[in-house]
Amino acid sequence: MIFMDRLRVAIVGAGIVGASIARILSSYQNVDILLIDKEPDVGWGSSKANTSIIHPCHEEDPRVHLLRAELCLRGNKLWREWVEELEIPAKWPGELMIFTDSDEEKRAREFLELAKMNKVPGVRVVDREELKILEPNVSNEVLGALYAPTAGIISPFEAVIAIVENAVDNGVKLLTETYVEKVRVSSGRVLGVETSRGFIEADIVINASGIYADKISHTAGVELDFKIVPRRGEYVLFDEDVDVKPTKILHTTPTPRTKGVYAITTVHGNLMIGPTAEDLPIDAKEDLSTTVEGVEYVLREARKLLRSVPPKSRIIRMFAGLRPEPPGGQWLIKVYEDPWGFVNVAGIRSPGLTAAPAIAEYVVKLIEDTYDIKLAKKNSWSRFRRDMVRVRNRSLEEVDKLIEKNPDYGEIVCICKTVSKAEVLEAVERILKIGAKVTLDGIKFRTYAGFGKCQGSFCRWRIALLISEKLGIPLNEVVVKKSSYGIGDVKMLWREAI
Amino acid sequence: MKILNYDTVIIGGGPAGIAAAIRTTELGLKSILLENRDVLGGIPLQCIHPGFGLHYFREDLTGTEFITRLIDKLEKTGVEYIVKAYVHSVEYKDFDKKIVNVITPRGVLKINTKTVVFTTGARERHIFEIGVVGDRPDGIYTAGEAQTLMDIYGILPGKEVVIVGSGDVGLIMARRFALEGAKVKAVVEILPYPGGLMRNVMQCLIDFNIPLLLQHTVVKVVGRKRVERVVVAKVDKDLKPIKGTEFEIPCDTLVISAGLRPYIDLLEKLGVVVDPSTGGPVVNEYLETSVPGVFVAGNVLVINDLVDYAVEQGELAAEGVKIFVENNGIPTKTWRRVRKGRSIRLAIPHMVSGERDVILYARVSVPEKNVFVEIPEIGFKMFSFGVRPAEMLRLRLGKEMFSKLSDNVNEITLEVKPR
Amino acid sequence: MKTAELVCIVCPASCNLKVYLEDNDLKIEGASCPRGVEFAKNEVMNPVRYVMSVVKVRGGDMPTVSVITRKPVPKDCIWRVMEALANVEIEAPVEIGDIVLRDICGTDIVATRRVKKL
Repeated sequence: MIFMDRLRVAIVGAGIVGASIARILSSYQNVDILLIDKEPDVGWGSSKANTSIIHPCHEEDPRVHLLRAELCLRGNKLWREWVEELEIPAKWPGELMIFTDSDEEKRAREFLELAKMNKVPGVRVVDREELKILEPNVSNEVLGALYAPTAGIISPFEAVIAIVENAVDNGVKLLTETYVEKVRVSSGRVLGVETSRGFIEADIVINASGIYADKISHTAGVELDFKIVPRRGEYVLFDEDVDVKPTKILHTTPTPRTKGVYAITTVHGNLMIGPTAEDLPIDAKEDLSTTVEGVEYVLREARKLLRSVPPKSRIIRMFAGLRPEPPGGQWLIKVYEDPWGFVNVAGIRSPGLTAAPAIAEYVVKLIEDTYDIKLAKKNSWSRFRRDMVRVRNRSLEEVDKLIEKNPDYGEIVCICKTVSKAEVLEAVERILKIGAKVTLDGIKFRTYAGFGKCQGSFCRWRIALLISEKLGIPLNEVVVKKSSYGIGDVKMLWREAI
Repeated sequence: MKILNYDTVIIGGGPAGIAAAIRTTELGLKSILLENRDVLGGIPLQCIHPGFGLHYFREDLTGTEFITRLIDKLEKTGVEYIVKAYVHSVEYKDFDKKIVNVITPRGVLKINTKTVVFTTGARERHIFEIGVVGDRPDGIYTAGEAQTLMDIYGILPGKEVVIVGSGDVGLIMARRFALEGAKVKAVVEILPYPGGLMRNVMQCLIDFNIPLLLQHTVVKVVGRKRVERVVVAKVDKDLKPIKGTEFEIPCDTLVISAGLRPYIDLLEKLGVVVDPSTGGPVVNEYLETSVPGVFVAGNVLVINDLVDYAVEQGELAAEGVKIFVENNGIPTKTWRRVRKGRSIRLAIPHMVSGERDVILYARVSVPEKNVFVEIPEIGFKMFSFGVRPAEMLRLRLGKEMFSKLSDNVNEITLEVKPR
Repeated sequence: MKTAELVCIVCPASCNLKVYLEDNDLKIEGASCPRGVEFAKNEVMNPVRYVMSVVKVRGGDMPTVSVITRKPVPKDCIWRVMEALANVEIEAPVEIGDIVLRDICGTDIVATRRVKKL
């Protein structure tokens, strides 16, 4: 048994996995946790651009991916607690795996067998008649579906934000805009991480860096053959007011490569369709571009699911995310004795979002067991985190009362999504509190300002003005995502020229 | 929560709403004007170029001068208004009863009103709805946003600019960027003709040697943090990019000026009938929508080229409100449908009575030279050297013209005929 | 004989004009008002333009004020105007018509927006 006064843990990557590990670790005594991310804010990698599904786990074959199946099931259960404790927007509509021909039906029924193996509750095949009742908006081309009632949808970027806020409340330190360049190892032990902000000491380094997890592992001299393929998924988002929106999660029957194309109504009420599944070259780790072919593909597939798909002109956003695809689809979750202190939580592809809370538990236990460390729980760990008060969710009577306490709730700056000045200012405070950088995108993810029909053309400058006033910086220095809103004074080019 | 009672609530304090509020107040109606921003004025506050007020004030004013005069008139008339007011919802209770729920920093207001005038203006089309794929870097602005940044806040959005769309806003911004020393690499227009007024093409592009790429489109944006370049392609007659014609334009800023759309969210919730060719509500000559007592004016009704038209529509709607309130509804009439004939893309209002003078606002579908704009049923015929989709037609039809119409004719046709 | 085709920009009617120049005799077709005739003459002999921009305001309820040349200036003088405005800053309050800069390219530059003192 190793006794240490304080265990210093550095987690590389503040995505859903890294944040969940940080939260779990923060419930133990004598652990100093540093959560590091290269982006200005948390969850900006794969965590913010995925299908948002909490899977029932009947698509995980325990004979091939036992760990994935087990942690997926445990995660599905844990999320039900986490969304309540952390006030993360979530809904549990259940899902329908649609099949349109006999081949697809055959594949779908194979998943029924997996459901039995994994003990996933309530899974059954439904025929056309019942399908049309379960989901009136389903397309006419369908033969039937595999119904799995325990599926849910969360807001993935809000989930990461909520988890990090809770973790920071419980003592975790966040460092954003910090690149980890190398894991420093000496004499078979981890010493810490070399970052763009200098060297940071750590006893344990947990690699949860998503798309880059292979590179980070290689810098520690670990798993040099392990390569993560960036698998790009493109999505299309429509506004809330389209005619046809599914009540349940709909998706096409998975192939060996992908989970199929989904049509869902997000927790915010938008129709979202996607993803594609395109393997990019190993080094294309930053390619988040959308393509015409990708957009057309997802819209085509969606016609198998929905009785009508809105025209392209109703699209309010197209985006893409990269999934970290490991060799053979096998998650690499391992605690190393050589170098001692290095932990890989790598290649966490689907069902990564679903399993994240369970992965975090598992990793902590694996660390305890492998290193023979006994961690003691804190007496005063705060498991709860309150979400922001939002005008858009409240009745007019409630809004009136809010305004009485704070008139800024009565000043609506985002017309499309009814977001008040008070919420924008609170979002700024929350970003500063966790130690991230204030950006227009960060405000957007926390308030939904800019998510609506106008995509920010009405409100972006108003939000930027509020940020500029609150932070005391010139308007043009407000950061959009990674660069500034304006390049300078309107006369700057003339002044340079004279 | 305060409960108030009015004859009319005007939603949106831009030029149309201000004009409507002035007129309803002058006409003795108990009116209130609601504006979401902290100032009245709307878009003209940031329009520093002339072209405003030619008809209304008979002077060529900048947008800023125009709106200042209008706001001064509003103050002088004693119009009641609230700024920082957000209309949460409008409920239709009855023919002559609507409830407008408003959120303000002073609390929630429930306004009982007989009529509502929507003058909420337009929104700009954004990059996703015009189908541009690629990365989503910083440095992409809609033209109106760029205008707010430059001409109210004195900020330069970028220095190597590509503008998508040759609508007036884009052309105006091309000139603004060029004047402040930025390099405008191109204005990319998908149609074979420019989207804005000819005077703007001349004074904003030709004057500054800015290339206008007609029948082209931006297919893709590339950039890691900020825009680095755009990929442009020629389009075919179906407006689809032609493979093999792609080329790149390096730039750090992309300005989207691909058109305006009436901002009709609240109106749709009320269930108004919308005309797909305008994107705005179907209206009668009082500018009343299909929902009784709900009127519209300005860009929310139809995208106007001139602020003068928006103001005129505001006043028309106000007069409609007066008639509604006095008569407990617009008196029943034999409405004649305005049918769109040859080469007419849109026409407002959709229904006329023939009992009063009426102003028709219309746009043609394609540019044509030396044509007659006609309404054969009433013998209206007007010659024009040239009509263009970008330049709205404003046709004054005196009620005496309708006397020729027999009672069983229930539609009139607006059409363009070559000479 | 020299011919030129122009679009008149005096008002949004945007008449299509044809200009014929023969032996210093100028003939203009297509104008629907005398201003159009005048415009065509000037565009060929002496083209002028209004120039507008914004300048910084200190202590006002808006950070900038919009400005315009009181009269249109010769086309090739546009850049002189912009250069002259590059470093101009004025104090609130500003009223429409206030002179922001005198005597550039034969005219003054005046304010076109009201800025109240904070």
